[in-house]
Parts: sequence; C-alpha cells; structure tokens
Amino acid sequence: MDLEKKLLEGNKRAAARMITLVENRDPAAFDLLKKLHNKTGDAYVIGITGPPGAGKSTLTDKLVKSFLNEGKKVGVIAIDPTSPFTGGAILGDRVRMGDLSTHKDVFIRSMGARGSLGGISEGTSAAIKVLDVYGADYIIVETVGVGQSEIDIVKNCDTTVMVMVPGLGDDIQAIKAGIMEIGDVFAINKSDRDGAKKTAREIDAMLDYNDSDWRPPVTMTVAMKNEGIDTLVETIVEHREYMKSNGLFETRRIDNARNEIVELVKHKVLSHLFDNAYNEQMICRLSENVVKRTTDPYTACEEIMVTIKN
Amino acid sequence: MDRPIRVLVAKPGLDGHDRGAKVVARALRDAGMEVIYTGLRQTPEQIVNAAIQEDVDCIAVSILSGAHNTLLPKVAKLLSAEDASDILLVGGGVIPDSDIPFLKENGIAEIFTPGTPTSVTIDFIKGNVKR
Repeated sequence: MDLEKKLLEGNKRAAARMITLVENRDPAAFDLLKKLHNKTGDAYVIGITGPPGAGKSTLTDKLVKSFLNEGKKVGVIAIDPTSPFTGGAILGDRVRMGDLSTHKDVFIRSMGARGSLGGISEGTSAAIKVLDVYGADYIIVETVGVGQSEIDIVKNCDTTVMVMVPGLGDDIQAIKAGIMEIGDVFAINKSDRDGAKKTAREIDAMLDYNDSDWRPPVTMTVAMKNEGIDTLVETIVEHREYMKSNGLFETRRIDNARNEIVELVKHKVLSHLFDNAYNEQMICRLSENVVKRTTDPYTACEEIMVTIKN
Repeated sequence: MDRPIRVLVAKPGLDGHDRGAKVVARALRDAGMEVIYTGLRQTPEQIVNAAIQEDVDCIAVSILSGAHNTLLPKVAKLLSAEDASDILLVGGGVIPDSDIPFLKENGIAEIFTPGTPTSVTIDFIKGNVKR
C-alpha cells in the first residue's frame, strides 16, 4: 500500500497503519512524517482530561456527534493506562462510542500510555499529526484519567477541556496546583447528581484567583443524556476565538513544538544511554551496596556518570 | 521492547452476556497485550471497522446467543472484502463442538469453548498472529 498517497486521500486503513508505525517508532514512518509536516497544522486539537470515571469518553462521543452535525471530519485518540507490570492494557474508551465505528467521517484510535507518566502516550503527538494529514478537522485527544499532576495533554492540544464530577473533594482540592491550572474550559459532568451546584461554586471560587485575561467558562453537562453539550461546544469555540484574536494560538503552538522537540531529544539521549552505557552488573552491585550502606544512591549515581562520560 | 499484540474483543449481535469476554480481556492484558473492547450489540460492520482503525492483530469474538454460524462467518467475509484477512479471527462462547468445523472452513482460526484455560487462548494468539 502506498501509505503516503492513501493517507493524503483520507484512507482509514492507511491512517491506522501509519499510527501503528509511528507508535512503534518505525524510522521509515518518521521519514514520511518529516515529508508530510507541511500538510499538518490545519486540524484543531481538543484535549479532554479529568479524573477517572468523570465521563470523558461519553462526553467525547457527544462532542464528536456535534462536530459531525456541522459536517466536519473528526479524529479521536483515546488513551488508557498500560500495566507497568505486564505491558498490557484494556483500552476501553471505544465502548462509549460504539455507534461511531461505521461513520465515514470519524476515526477512533485507542492507545495505551505505554509507560508515559504524563497522562498521554509518547506516540500521541505523532498520531495527532497522522490524523491531521488524514484530513480531520477536529482531533479530540482523551487522556488517561488524570490524577493531580498528569498534565502533558496541555502541551499537545489547542484547547484543554477539564471534566469534573460532583463530590470528588472539597475546596482545598480545587485550589491544589496541577490539573486545576490547566483547564481552558471546564465541564461538570454527571451534573444531575447531588453536589453539582456546590462543585460549580468551588470551581468558580478557585477561578477567581486566576490572573489571566481568559476566565475559563464552566458548563454543566449530563453527557449520557446529551445535556449541556451545545453550550460546551460554544465555550470551546469561544476559547479558540479568544486565542486566535490575541496571537496566543500561535504562541501556544510554538510552546508545544518546543516541548515536542525537547521530549524527542530526551528520548533519543536516554535510548542512547541505555543502549551504550547501561551495565546491569554494575547497577546490581551498587543497589546491594546502597542497602548494605557501603555506598549511597548519590555516590552510586556519580560512579555511573563517570562510566557514561567515558 | 517488542510491540504489544493488539486484540479487539468483540460482542456482536443481541447478546448481553459479557462476563466471559471481560475475563478473557483481563487475561490478555495480563499477558501483555493491548485489548480494545467494543462493548455490546456490535454489528459485524462495526467490528470490522473498529478492527481496521485500531490496526489489531487479532479479533476475538464472544457469542453466547447461538447466532455464531451467521455472525462469525459474516465478520470473516467483511475482513476479506477489506483485504484484512491477515487479522487472526478467533471466537468463544456457547458454541457446540459440532459447529466448529463449519466455522473453521469459513475463516475462523480457532474456537475456545467454555472451560478452555485462558493460557490456551493466549498461546494460540501469540503463536498465530501474522505481524
């Protein structure tokens, strides 16, 4: 299959194959991405994050349908945790989007986090580019349920939607650093539950402390009943328009590009290190010595650094 | 690190019993595979479309409703029409032994009936995926 040609034609099989290749770091696939880089950048990327069980997948399903109604083509990347012990994963976000599988203008891909701790996988950036070239107008990236510090999604999208649910904590939770700082737009899902209004008040109060010009709107949704979706879409569009009219859209993309370059370099350096300087015997010996108290972790590190420098 | 095997666990037709499918999904996960679960009431078209988008190595279909002789070959036919017959197709559920030869003649590589240890299923998948 001529991957390049088929991908540009919007062939789903080609897009799927390409995502597999970049996810597994196939060098030829990256060569193709280099070649196609100037065909990327048109898709608007929306990140959906929030605690596990907040209803991100159900909400994504409804957002997709809303964009489809506008005649747009949508790509979805849904990320779920990978077991650190077995390397396996249950990728279950697609379950909530079952009837979209046969829609010609939707492409849904499930990815395992595969060891990344930031809430998204290393292959996500590349997969986003593939779907961009494939022709998606919107790409929705749904992360692993974010705890409190997995915020890599921000560096990979244009608008971040933070999905909350009522009753998960008090106002102290609301002012902790990390995830509460990254929402461009908030959705309080399952808002037919008790405590929804209180949660909305707490979030609003927290947002009062914000310094920036942009005040994140808070929308009450009940994704399962398709309530509040239109309003949520409006807030996303509002954010996009705000960013574009202030030059911030481009600034953010430059920041994202910077982050991507640095991450790629980090990965290359670490791989090189592990391929060339990793000495299992040495590490075993040093670990035992740390426990025996004949050395300490900091000295052990210095010893290894000397080996690496040589 | 070898890339993980990707498996689509699918529930076609009007069959709401997915306990078995979830047990198998969990076992495959513990064996290091990435398992995409389709959810219930999928049509063969939805299953094949999902398999293609997810670029899976294997589709594991669970049917307890008795409609296996219709639905399983339908999935195989659709895969063939999409030029995707390199995807390993296996099935499980309430399927009489006497139906297994017919299914194997119609594109299904193996059937794992109730009582089959998950290790057997895992080993078969590992040993028979094409890529």
